[in-house]
Amino acid sequence: MIVEYILFIIFAVVAIVSAGCVVTLRNPVHCAVALIITLLQIAALFLLLRSPFLAVVQVFIYVGAVMVLFLFAVFLIDVKKAAMDMFKPKYRALAYIVALILLVESLFVIFSGGIQELTRITEAGAEVKVEVIGRTLFTSYIFPFEIVSVVLLAAMVGAIVMARDKKE
Amino acid sequence: MIPLTWFVALSAILFIIGISGVLLRRNLIVMLMSLELILNSVNINFVAFSYYLEDMTGQLFAIFTITIAACEVAVALGILIALVKNRRTFNADDLDTLKG
Repeated sequence: MIVEYILFIIFAVVAIVSAGCVVTLRNPVHCAVALIITLLQIAALFLLLRSPFLAVVQVFIYVGAVMVLFLFAVFLIDVKKAAMDMFKPKYRALAYIVALILLVESLFVIFSGGIQELTRITEAGAEVKVEVIGRTLFTSYIFPFEIVSVVLLAAMVGAIVMARDKKE
Repeated sequence: MIPLTWFVALSAILFIIGISGVLLRRNLIVMLMSLELILNSVNINFVAFSYYLEDMTGQLFAIFTITIAACEVAVALGILIALVKNRRTFNADDLDTLKG
């Protein structure tokens, strides 16, 4: 399907450009908005991969909850001052070299390895039903699920303890 | 059908943009945002392989990854709020009290 290719290229290009904006823009608020755009593109890619449940989870949790937290944290700082200090000048060249080497390496591995031969056996377009995901999550994966819920509780308590005033 | 290689390559590119963000930026909030980029690129890999191998496990692990990322952001922003109360700075280079 040619439409899928076009959609993939649009989503991928917008995701990469806005991810670049997250790293390069000076103002933290602009960085947050660029990150929101990237996360929405990734949700759209999940839809292309026939995972509508994960796309919805991505939009709800990342764009809805996490990014709002980020924007609240940005309000606490002096944006004008934060926009002044840009990249760390000393190690900048080193960081560029490390990133470039990693990029070349990983692209080489991806395009030379055996990943290309992987294609779906059954017809494309079949999506995993939410019911199946829920059933598996609560039967085979009940132990990791419980662990994750304890971690979530610990994080919640931890965040409250960290941000509380020590005076009372 | 879109080749799996495209998804893996996109995820690698996003991963490396995230890594360079952590290396280059000194603003703690932007460093955290770059961490979110890294976690999301891993999620793309999980979901892409889950689709092409016709195995649902990748999607379940992506759900777990999203949960852990939410925990990480909550704790990290709690630490940042405590930090801005005590030190009035968000620059990672100013926080060198533990340095000998």
